[in-house]
Amino acid sequence: MTEFSMRNGSPVAPGEPLPPPEVLPPDARVDLARERADSHADEVLDALDAELIGLVPVKTRIREIAALLLIDRVRGRFGIDSGRPNLHMCFTGSPGTGKTTVAVRLAELLHRLGYIRKGHLVSVTRDDLVGQYVGHTAPKTKEVLKRAMGGVLFIDEAYYLYRAENERDYGQEAIEILLQVMENNRDDLVVVLAGYKDRMDSFFSSNPGMSSRIAHHIDFPDYATDELEAIGRLMTAREGYRLSDEAEPVFRSYLERRREQPRFANARSVRNALERARLRHASRLLAAGGEVTRDDLTTLRPEDFLASRVFET
Amino acid sequence: MSAGRWSAGVIPYAEMGYWRPDYQPKDSDILAAFRITPQPGVPPEEAGAAVAGESSTATWTVVWTDRLTSYENYQAKCYRVEPVPGQEGQFIAYIAYDLDLFEEGSIANLTSSIIGNVFGFKALKALRLEDMRIPVHYVKTFQGPAHGIVMEREYLGKFGRPLLGATVKPKLGLSARNYGRVVYEALRGGLDFTKDDENINSQPFMRWRDRFLYCMEGVNKAQAASGEIKGHYLNVTAGTMEAMYERAEFAKELGSVIVMIDLTIGYTAIQSMANWARSNGVILHLHRAGHSTYTRQKNHGVSFRVIAKWMRLAGVDHIHAGTVVGKLEGDPNSVAGFYDTLRKDRVEADPVKGLYFDQEWASMPGTMPVASGGIHAGQMHQLLHYLDEDVILQFGGGTIGHPMGIAAGAAANRVALEAMIKARNEGRDFLAEGTDILRAAAKNSRELDVALATWGDITFTYESTDTPDVVETPVSS
Amino acid sequence: MRITQGTFSFLPDLTDDEISRQIAYALDQGWPCSVEFTDDPHPRNSYWEMWGLPMFDLTDPAGVLLEVNECRKAYPNHYIRLNAYDARYGRQTTALSFIVQRPAAEPGFRLDREEASDRRIRYRTHAYATDRPQGERYS
Repeated sequence: MTEFSMRNGSPVAPGEPLPPPEVLPPDARVDLARERADSHADEVLDALDAELIGLVPVKTRIREIAALLLIDRVRGRFGIDSGRPNLHMCFTGSPGTGKTTVAVRLAELLHRLGYIRKGHLVSVTRDDLVGQYVGHTAPKTKEVLKRAMGGVLFIDEAYYLYRAENERDYGQEAIEILLQVMENNRDDLVVVLAGYKDRMDSFFSSNPGMSSRIAHHIDFPDYATDELEAIGRLMTAREGYRLSDEAEPVFRSYLERRREQPRFANARSVRNALERARLRHASRLLAAGGEVTRDDLTTLRPEDFLASRVFET
Repeated sequence: MSAGRWSAGVIPYAEMGYWRPDYQPKDSDILAAFRITPQPGVPPEEAGAAVAGESSTATWTVVWTDRLTSYENYQAKCYRVEPVPGQEGQFIAYIAYDLDLFEEGSIANLTSSIIGNVFGFKALKALRLEDMRIPVHYVKTFQGPAHGIVMEREYLGKFGRPLLGATVKPKLGLSARNYGRVVYEALRGGLDFTKDDENINSQPFMRWRDRFLYCMEGVNKAQAASGEIKGHYLNVTAGTMEAMYERAEFAKELGSVIVMIDLTIGYTAIQSMANWARSNGVILHLHRAGHSTYTRQKNHGVSFRVIAKWMRLAGVDHIHAGTVVGKLEGDPNSVAGFYDTLRKDRVEADPVKGLYFDQEWASMPGTMPVASGGIHAGQMHQLLHYLDEDVILQFGGGTIGHPMGIAAGAAANRVALEAMIKARNEGRDFLAEGTDILRAAAKNSRELDVALATWGDITFTYESTDTPDVVETPVSS
Repeated sequence: MRITQGTFSFLPDLTDDEISRQIAYALDQGWPCSVEFTDDPHPRNSYWEMWGLPMFDLTDPAGVLLEVNECRKAYPNHYIRLNAYDARYGRQTTALSFIVQRPAAEPGFRLDREEASDRRIRYRTHAYATDRPQGERYS
């Protein structure tokens, strides 16, 4: 078949390239404070400070990353190509140490600094990635990766992807696809693996490819008792409660006992303790009957904590 | 009612029960908004009542036979009269009609009732039917468009952009063989459709059957040359229903995806052709030939938004509905109202667009509006802005008059359209940057480049006569 | 020849960056995207093969472009189109559909005519590509 000679369609030529951004002259000066304000990154960092107690090393690392991206942006305006930094991360720490909260804020921060396009967080576990039968895993993993593109993929307890005892486990397939995308689509998403430190370490030793693609290992330490107390105060205040003066030492003693017990989950255990205290508070008020004051409605008293099983032993 | 109501002789309509300011329209009532200009000395309520009366049960005098009926049910009720802002002596009269007054699924019956007699009524200087609310109860007695916008797009495999068409010119005098050449050139150049003009039926210089044969040769050849579905609106308008069916059958046998009729064939013939089109899988295009005789003047006649509503019910797939920027009448806000009426499933009352009532279409498919008359590629940004995506843009002169030939004219239009859609989707302010977008696209298309050089500056800026009474007041923010 | 199906066939072939911007538009409208391929571009071939399921719940174009590129790798000589679907009540149909890959050479179509009585002609659009079995066309 010959070319249809009378056709009048448009010639096929590559699309017009985008105009290159204007490069600053070498002697230009950039006001860093202004750049920083324009990025609105500080709002995210401040929010992180306000909503998370302690975690100083974590916050420091996040601030360093923010500084790097901001400086890279300014370098870019002078036409200096820095290369895109690798920001795949690993968050290790016990449950309730703020890993998910930091990941949400991180996504927002990276978006504001122009590192990722959308800034959403997709949080998954093994079940979301790994299929039940042959051929099921690849589409499942890809589906999740595509959803996370433009944002941050947070894989909680990532080590469950790897089962040393079963070499035909489908988790291996998910890991391979992950690795591929972490390498080839670095512009499109940031992967954060999360879990207990010891298990994550052994996961990395069995999967060196994964380890080498993680640029930042950030450890979330367990909270000290006074930090847990501060977290508790933050939570009660947010929900319109306060501890009576007599309840303060009881709450502290509750925390000291609780952290020695099994399944202690840091901030999450504090939240649960307060939820149960609210239940007891409400029942107590109803049982007493009569009139209540605003103060009664907002004050948690020692007995609201003392009834806990934590105090039984 | 007092006994005086039934005394023989003439009494005011308002006193016969046609003026009912306390009446609460029922969900099932058909509502009409009339613009009335009473003769000097006639109070507006009486004029409104007269319109209600003359468009329903009344005659000029009292008749005792009314008393053999449940007449209150059959009386239309004028329930509100409002002065028109800025128009001395004009009023909008709102009238409610009980559903019982109308035969199911008959535009002829609906119109015979509502505009049958009353427009010549002496007590009024002028009368215009501005809008109607068709209740869902009545909507559901019609099947609506034979295919509708969604089905048409799926049938043609064309998505994400307006469709392009052109009317073969000159309107009259081409032989069938020459006529088919224009069809072929325009379609292979990039248009989706070509079209017979409204007055191309079967004249001595070109009989319908010959035209159909040559047009389909052009359509099929262009389809093979482009790998795209193409169509030519074969106008089957004729003197009798039998002749129209014969022509439509022939068009179908030749494999045409679409046939065309003119508004002049009448509402019943239109409904019959819609049934035929639905049964035979052929898209039905309606040219609104003649409508300006009664739609254009603001104080007398029937607004096109009412015609649009009737035609969606009657079941046409396409209808010419104005261009805003072309050579024919079309105020932007009024045209927006027509397009909403044809395309949306639920249309909210909006005085700025001249829409007096909420209209619920109960999932009846939409009718594709057609913009035709004095438009060209250089206006693509305005056309897309005013008319949006579900529309057929018809560039007759703007295709056939291209200095490089018809196919080049077609390609220019298609390139301009695709470039504009692309820019819109990329988030550009295409209305403001329209000219730049077209110039950039013309770098890859000599056809568009020449088209812009030829027609770039042509505009038709005349004051519209049919405009809504309410204008949007810009609010400073 | 160049078949001109799809929304942007009269423009120069879109670059990946331009395709991403169209995908971004679709995702902003809440339209899931899907990728389809074929070696039979007859205009009445409604059903091109699906490259996986439509991609629901994506926020960023990269995920869609990834599948476009996977499909290109698997079928370098097929036609590939990208569709965006609007599931909104009252529309529920394809909202945008454009070709993102063409075979290097497009042989196009032959118009077969069968002369019938009364000067009637029966037409058939025949894709040259379909003279060869599926899978061996355009290679």
